[in-house]
Amino acid sequence: GKSKAFKAAALIQRWYRRYMARLEMRRRCTWSIFQSIEYAGQQDQVKLHDFFSYLVDHFTPRNHNERDFLNRMFTEERFAQDSEMEKSSDFESIEVPDSYTGPRLSFPLLPDQATALVEAFRLKQQLHARYVLNLLYETRKHLAQLPNINRVSTCYSEEITVCGDLHGQLDDLIFIFYKNGLPSPERAYVFNGDFVDRGKESVEILMVLFAFMLVYPKEFHLNRGNHEDHMVNLRYGFTKEVLHKYKTHGKKILRTLQDVFCWLPLATLVDEKVLVLHGGISDRTDLEFLAKLDRHKIVSTLRCKMRKESTKQEEEKKTANQPSSAQEPTPWFLPQSRSLPSTPFHLRPDKAHRAGRSCSIPCPGALDRQELSRHARRSVDLELERCRQQAGFPGIKESEEPSPLASGPDPESGELLEPTQEEWRQVVDILWSDPMAQEGCKANTVRGGGCYFGPDVTEQLLERYSLQLLIRSHECKPEGYEFCHNRKVLTIFSASNYYEVGSNRGAYVKLGPSLTPHIVQYQANKGTHLLTMRQRISRVEESALRALRKKLFAHSSDLLDEFKKHDADKTGIISLSDWAAAVESVLHLGLPWRMLRPQLVNSSTDNMLEYKTWLESLAKEQLSRENIQSSLLEKLYRNRSNLETIFRIIDSDHSGFISLDEFRQTWKLFSSHMNIDISDNCICDLARSIDFNKDGQIDINEFLEAFRLVEQSCSEGRDSACPQSTDTSDGGPSSPDPH
Amino acid sequence: RASESEGEKEAIVADFHKKIKDAFEVFDHESNNTVDVREIGTIIRSLGCCPTEGELHDLIAEVEEEEPTGFIRYEKFLPVMTKVLLERKYRPIPEDVLLRAFEVLDTAKHGFLTKEELIKYMTEEGEPFSQEEMEEMLSAAIDPESNSINYKEYITMMVIDEN
Repeated sequence: GKSKAFKAAALIQRWYRRYMARLEMRRRCTWSIFQSIEYAGQQDQVKLHDFFSYLVDHFTPRNHNERDFLNRMFTEERFAQDSEMEKSSDFESIEVPDSYTGPRLSFPLLPDQATALVEAFRLKQQLHARYVLNLLYETRKHLAQLPNINRVSTCYSEEITVCGDLHGQLDDLIFIFYKNGLPSPERAYVFNGDFVDRGKESVEILMVLFAFMLVYPKEFHLNRGNHEDHMVNLRYGFTKEVLHKYKTHGKKILRTLQDVFCWLPLATLVDEKVLVLHGGISDRTDLEFLAKLDRHKIVSTLRCKMRKESTKQEEEKKTANQPSSAQEPTPWFLPQSRSLPSTPFHLRPDKAHRAGRSCSIPCPGALDRQELSRHARRSVDLELERCRQQAGFPGIKESEEPSPLASGPDPESGELLEPTQEEWRQVVDILWSDPMAQEGCKANTVRGGGCYFGPDVTEQLLERYSLQLLIRSHECKPEGYEFCHNRKVLTIFSASNYYEVGSNRGAYVKLGPSLTPHIVQYQANKGTHLLTMRQRISRVEESALRALRKKLFAHSSDLLDEFKKHDADKTGIISLSDWAAAVESVLHLGLPWRMLRPQLVNSSTDNMLEYKTWLESLAKEQLSRENIQSSLLEKLYRNRSNLETIFRIIDSDHSGFISLDEFRQTWKLFSSHMNIDISDNCICDLARSIDFNKDGQIDINEFLEAFRLVEQSCSEGRDSACPQSTDTSDGGPSSPDPH
Repeated sequence: RASESEGEKEAIVADFHKKIKDAFEVFDHESNNTVDVREIGTIIRSLGCCPTEGELHDLIAEVEEEEPTGFIRYEKFLPVMTKVLLERKYRPIPEDVLLRAFEVLDTAKHGFLTKEELIKYMTEEGEPFSQEEMEEMLSAAIDPESNSINYKEYITMMVIDEN
């Protein structure tokens, strides 16, 4: 028979392989956690949309203040563009103090200035606002000359490097330049969108990318991503970063950025054979159409305010003798593709004036007949299922002139063309879509915009335009890249450690004249390569589990309800199997709960769980005190991201503050929509407790970090006042508006 | 009494089914109830089994299509895996058994194996490691200063980590 050594070795190997398999399973589960939480966050956007629709449908402002408040939420202070942008006095008037030791830029930019920028940022310096604005101004001028689809050729630079999402991770960009070489006439680059959000150095990344683009306009190319969008930035951190780093000029920078982002090209075509764009395609993608549209009309893919009817439709309307306006109002709705309904609400045509809050919200209720007649019945796109007749109502200034009608953009008011529905949809498709394994094309419900496209769609497009490869980004991949659709689609993602240190590699792809993709992977981190795989996986796993526990905590009440359903005899105990079923039905994350269970539930005997104890232990982890009214906290926690977004929208002048009243109103509206029972007293207390210096204003950032103080206000002798009572009245008199 | 144990067995099987489904789905990337055959080993092992490579190959043969496609369908996997779990096959190795295995290899009874010894045994005996497997084991097991593995400590560390 076999020797003892043989058997012993076989045993050890067998044990070891099992150990590694379990490690691999943990790694996969961890990945699922991160992805599902990330996409759940994107679905939050959908909830936000629902909230605003709800407001439109159900909320009747009863007074001046409330109307004003809603106005603020629904109007967008549009930066009347072209005329403003010509004013270089925007930045020329900004003085740079002598004490400033950061990089100084002069235009036209020279290559070594761009290189110096990289070095300066590596040393953690910050570029002065004046230079930021100057650079943005020059960038925008340059971008406006570029076509929607940039054509590049390998015959000049011989090799092109395509990089994917960076998401504010400057370390990765620096690493790419270090490993692959700085941009030069011999070294062309294409950066495929999503430069900003999430990471902490989005500003710096933009500065570097724009600088190199100005210095090497023929060799350095940028595509727009879905995150090059101020509405997305509100939620995912870029807005916050700018305002934090540039306290005086942040607003101006943000406004200017809106204009820069919308001028970014939509795609790059290499040697007429390889198409590079951020998200993906749909079965309707029409490159010729995309090449011709005015891309800068699409300021945000999340908010399509007004559509300009095609001239044909205008004429039809006129002849049909309808009271009309050329601008078809378009709601505030998320990118939806064909099969998803969305709720339109109709805005009275906005004027792009910066002064005055002219936009109105249609509101059911008694209104001036005259107002009603000003607005037409709007027909909405076939796909939108709910089509309502709304009337606008006047804004604060009753004396406002009627909006420009019929004849299209009014150059005097600086009004801009808005994209048509088709234009908007084509752009959304290429910025938001994801490939799928199955054939066909269906709505991308996970993201709320664009589609899932199958290998047949890819094949169809490649054939139609005689292409051989589609390079896209938009999705994080463990190895930094992934081929699919018979290697006809390549996903390239350049933000390593995206979810957590050690979670994934980044990659870039090089194309030579043969256009054979050559992938380079990396992981820019501080020493995790010294850890064993086991340690690396543990770290990432811990991080994922922490995030997951937070999410579980945020749904404590719903979980409790669900557990109780499985506990008909009221024993306080349920099986672990029931636990898994309950958790999935509340969270809808699609995670392998039974695999995760050992890490989430510590205390269980005989496969049974005391669920109340478990929920309490979750709460203890998230909150620092015992005996707290955790339900209010939990609700705020859960809606944190949406609240932040709403606050930032309300704070339309980006001051970083909202008034107490606005806060209370927002929370009241939001909680009633979400069916959260909160008494008015509680809201008032909450608001007051957050207004630390008692000046009637709330600093948004402080609010978001203030959960411990919320807890404090709730537990200090107000146990009875908090959550449970439902106050159905619309609330007491509003406090005077500090504005 | 017979019906009680029938009911119990049903419950156990139902529980196994859910566990198997969860594990399978982790690797079902296209959500079409198939996984790459190369991931089957991971799935089986994460369900608590500890087969040898040979036993694994036999299992794969059972769940594969008649004409192997490189993919395993859930419909074929489920009954086979359920049976494995019910029969409690391929039980994991207890700590003390593992320790004794190392001791067998440690012919000089030092309490440790040198790096060279470990490599020799793991790549020449039993069901040999691939280079990747060997490197990964070395990275965690070998103490760089002594260039050896104190297997008792190693086992303790790995076991704690698992739990």
